[in-house]
Amino acid sequence: MSHGKVIALLGGLAVGMFGFGFAMVPLYNVFCDVLGIRLEDGNGRVSDADAASMATPAEDRWVTVHMDSSVEQHLPWEFAPQAKFVKVRVGELAEALFDAENLADHPVVGRAVPSVAPAEASIYFAKTECFCFTMQELKAGETKEMPVKFMLDPALPDDIEVVTLSYRFYGMDNNTTAAVDGS
Amino acid sequence: MSSTAAVHQDDHHHEPVRGWRRWVFSTNHKDIGTLYLLFSLAMFFVGGAMAMVIRAELFQPGLQVVEPDFFNQMTTMHALVMIFGAVMPAFVGLANWLIPMMVGAPDMALPRMNNWSFWILPFAFAMLLSTLLMDSGGPAGGWTLYPPLSLQGGNSFAFVIFAIHLMGFSSIMGAINIIVTIFNLRAPGMNLLRMPLFVWTWLITAFLLVMVMPVLAGAVTMLLTDRYFGTSFFNAAGGGDPVMFQHIFWFFGHPEVYIMILPAFGIVSEILPTFCRKPLFGYVSMVYATASIAFLSFIVWAHHMFTVGMPLGGELFFMYATMVIAVPTGVKVFNWVATMWKGSMTFETPMLFAIGFVILFTIGGFSGLMLAIVPADFQYHDTYFVVAHFHYVLVTGAVYSIMAAAYYWLPKWTGNMYSEKLGKLHFWLSTITVNILFFPQHFLGLAGMPRRIPDYSVEFAEFNLWSSIGGFAFGLTQLIFLYIVLKASFGKRTQELPDRVWEGAKGLEWTVPTPAPHHTFEQPPELRDEDLAHGDVAH
Repeated sequence: MSHGKVIALLGGLAVGMFGFGFAMVPLYNVFCDVLGIRLEDGNGRVSDADAASMATPAEDRWVTVHMDSSVEQHLPWEFAPQAKFVKVRVGELAEALFDAENLADHPVVGRAVPSVAPAEASIYFAKTECFCFTMQELKAGETKEMPVKFMLDPALPDDIEVVTLSYRFYGMDNNTTAAVDGS
Repeated sequence: MSSTAAVHQDDHHHEPVRGWRRWVFSTNHKDIGTLYLLFSLAMFFVGGAMAMVIRAELFQPGLQVVEPDFFNQMTTMHALVMIFGAVMPAFVGLANWLIPMMVGAPDMALPRMNNWSFWILPFAFAMLLSTLLMDSGGPAGGWTLYPPLSLQGGNSFAFVIFAIHLMGFSSIMGAINIIVTIFNLRAPGMNLLRMPLFVWTWLITAFLLVMVMPVLAGAVTMLLTDRYFGTSFFNAAGGGDPVMFQHIFWFFGHPEVYIMILPAFGIVSEILPTFCRKPLFGYVSMVYATASIAFLSFIVWAHHMFTVGMPLGGELFFMYATMVIAVPTGVKVFNWVATMWKGSMTFETPMLFAIGFVILFTIGGFSGLMLAIVPADFQYHDTYFVVAHFHYVLVTGAVYSIMAAAYYWLPKWTGNMYSEKLGKLHFWLSTITVNILFFPQHFLGLAGMPRRIPDYSVEFAEFNLWSSIGGFAFGLTQLIFLYIVLKASFGKRTQELPDRVWEGAKGLEWTVPTPAPHHTFEQPPELRDEDLAHGDVAH
């Protein structure tokens, strides 16, 4: 092969790999779905109907849910759960409340991102209502009670006795608001 | 174009131009190789000075020498400078000097691009190092640049990203040049399986470079747009995922560690047969082992991130795939040992460094196997055990091989034989001090000392004291190497050396005069079997 041909092929390979780096962003999701190895699933939202079909009021198994909260460094909010620990029965809808306060003298929009630990528990943590499903706006100095309604799927592995539900609030500037509703 | 070239066949000059123009405008593979090697040597001492700051701060518990933020800048910059400034350019410099001579080519295939590949580097590193002087300081989030931490520093971050882009361009162009040279410029009769192993390992390394440096470029570009252009690749608030960066980064990062060790395998495979006066044992298996390692390097990346949360099946896959790498690596180590077996061995300095490489690199390989075990890794992760592991494979592995290569080919490059007494002193002092430096770090890691911290609990004091003393001594010892290299390069020629500087040396580079003239193999050489593949053409 001529020099030019080899250079073109290798240059093409390099450009292709640059693109592959970006392609990995969607490809990882595809891999997780194809292989069925997804540990977390977005914000864990389920419809009321799905929650109803999951419900098994007969089962007498109790799990402690630890509520955790934090805010991004530059977000002028205070945000905390009303109760740090909640005992819930699997297969039964429960509610937890968080309090948020805007300390700034102007309105601020925030978005809560949930995370469940241990990671294996996250697919069993079903939420029918959550302040994390939408963006939250707090006016200057406003306080707001933020509810989450959730149910632990009775299929939750038996060795899990404590589940941590953690929320972190991020401030939304103009740049990031457009992208969030995709999740 | 070919017809005009034929008419003006003798218009190139046979002697280099004098003064700075020779170096700045050079398209000669030997001059550019020299530039790469000198640049690498300079960066080795810059990165080494940063390591001295780190060890000085860790000499005792508590904060004595530097501020924590500056300490973090030092650990981050030390890694970036040593990886991209010292080890990689040293190997590219060796490739430039040696590959054309080893395959019987007159020069690299793309000499002007070669000039460009090198001259990008001083600008890239000027930019990277200049961040230390900026208000927001240098990068301090670790060389892996994990977000969100790496995005929380100042605006000097943009300079770091652009410097990495430039280094990537330089590496990719260098790699393309090497591949084209090896594919197209081999002397008649030099078929692929007659090439020296150094050429083989570099061919495979060059493919790794072309394939993964663009992935790094992509990853840091995403960091850049996340930071300045409002994208959310790794920003959880915008629907992104910081762990995604780790996956993309290590898809580059794991092949990268083989980029820094495969050429070392090639060097050792050249040096051992010379001083054992025996052909390399298992030449073909060495080629296949190198290719297997390169292939496996693409499917093991997540072993760097076992603790971020992964499905059990994923952890098992990456654990076993990682352990499989021990098989081709073991093939290599056993081949080297078999090469030495019953050889008429002599222990000149390059041979000492090569044997030191085989033993100490293998220790690093074993600690790597320990890290591959998922349940054990949860304990070792981000501790000094990891630091000890990768310094054994990079310092006593990659750097030792570069030192071995420097001693081995220095007479051919400069026409001067180095002082064997000083060379041996350099080897023994280095080997003693490097073990005092890094061996105790295994124990620190097992006891739970985390990496990248400026202060530590008092129970780690003793081993850190040892490690720092070893570090200072190792750093000082390298001044001997500097003296040896400078003396051979600029000192008066005291003796005439034969073409074949080492009695048992095989390969085309030993058939040209010593020191190697500015242009070699302008006519393709006549291949004689005894010059090739360490005398074992039948394999």
